[in-house]
Amino acid sequence: MISLCGITVRQGAFSLEDVTLEVPTGAYGVLMGKTGSGKTTLLEVICGLRPVAAGAVRLMDRDVTRLRPAARGVGYVPQDLALFPTLSVRDHLAFALVVRGWGRRAVEARVQELAQLLGISHLLGRWPAGLSGGEAQRVALGRALAMRPAVLLFDEPLSALDDQTRQEMHDLLRRIRNEITVTVLHVTHNRAEAQSLAQQFFELRDGVVAATCQK
Amino acid sequence: MSREATAPAADAVPPPAAAGLAGLSRDSLFLAGLGTLLGSYVALILGLLLALGMFTSPQHLLAAIRSEEIQFALKLSLLSCTLTTLLSLWIAIPAGYVLSRCRFPGKNLLDALLDIPIVLPPLVLGLALLILFNYTRLGRAVERVVPVTFAVPSVVLAQFSVACAFAVRTMRVTFDQISPRTEQVAWTLGCSRSQAFWMVLLPQARRGVLTAATLAWARSLGEFGPILVFSGATRMRTEVLPTSVFLELSIGNIEAAAAVSLIMVLTALVVLVVARVFGLRGTGML
Repeated sequence: MISLCGITVRQGAFSLEDVTLEVPTGAYGVLMGKTGSGKTTLLEVICGLRPVAAGAVRLMDRDVTRLRPAARGVGYVPQDLALFPTLSVRDHLAFALVVRGWGRRAVEARVQELAQLLGISHLLGRWPAGLSGGEAQRVALGRALAMRPAVLLFDEPLSALDDQTRQEMHDLLRRIRNEITVTVLHVTHNRAEAQSLAQQFFELRDGVVAATCQK
Repeated sequence: MSREATAPAADAVPPPAAAGLAGLSRDSLFLAGLGTLLGSYVALILGLLLALGMFTSPQHLLAAIRSEEIQFALKLSLLSCTLTTLLSLWIAIPAGYVLSRCRFPGKNLLDALLDIPIVLPPLVLGLALLILFNYTRLGRAVERVVPVTFAVPSVVLAQFSVACAFAVRTMRVTFDQISPRTEQVAWTLGCSRSQAFWMVLLPQARRGVLTAATLAWARSLGEFGPILVFSGATRMRTEVLPTSVFLELSIGNIEAAAAVSLIMVLTALVVLVVARVFGLRGTGML
């Protein structure tokens, strides 16, 4: 479960007041809203990258409002993907596991498993600079999935892709939704994308989560 | 042909001047202007080297290389510059990180303070070091444990005071240019701040670290003002290559001074090219 309760964020002229939102455990939630409405800010609040002035963030029944990003166990795919330019694709998939002190064999097994799930086994020896948009997307997704997070956050991950690659990514995300028990909050401003993926809709309008409905 | 058919052509907006042949020559003119400006500076540098070369001879160059004093100065220069570079990076990398990634009260003041060694006249810096180590309680206490003034440590300290400021500036700009996004993602993946720094940020800053190092090294090699005041110009003791040039000049031996200058230029070129090749190997940035 992802739950935001009375979240207030103030930064300069921008502010979000008293935002409340809940994605039930295992559901795929899509958050829509205009550019600049604060969608990315909300994801950053859930990750712990942006401090809140008031309110509480609860993930899987745990209050994480005051926890560091590292302690929240959230898989995050930002809009610009932010792949690590000096690490290979294999290192990306292994990153969260190495940080957690996994043994070499366990890391390699998980990397192979992820690469197969995402169809990037042939890319393991490559670096981000040489990847296409869709490939980079899969690597960012794999990096976030590696540690088996209970919560996944996507920030307009498909906005820069061509139609065919976008369709492939939709299929992949639906497969992940069906194969892995994970609670997802996916930010987009593309209504077709939202309809293709969402089990639950949210719309952020004028600082309020205005419309929610269940599919 | 009807009037209607010709009308759109008559109303068509003419292409901008830059699109035609005239534009081509304008572009060439622009590039030629840039080339002339760059060329005049390159000509000045080559003129300087040529002037040094003309005022000395292979005999003077050989004599300088064989001279025990010059050999000592060369060794001390290489050793002190390398030590200064390492010390500068040791301070500049964390300082650049703090200035680029942290917000705290008094940051602007600290920023300005870090530029003081750059704007201070070299002689004033030497004087300040001399006073700090000889006329303050703390300085005298240090001198009792490790003799600094007029000894080798003073050479490194004089070079470090200036070179480090340049290295800090370079590292700050380097970190500023790297988006904090990758570190933030690393935090969400379980990294502490320091793990994200070592695993994600610093590898991306490799080129900037190399630039800071070469800048610090080159700046130290040419440092003379504070060394003259703080370390003295004693042969076989605190003599670095700029000191040798000064000592040769002061006795009117311009040919030898030019020879030592050429040795400095060659040393700098070799070290900087080797550092660049070695530092950027495997990064695709060469």
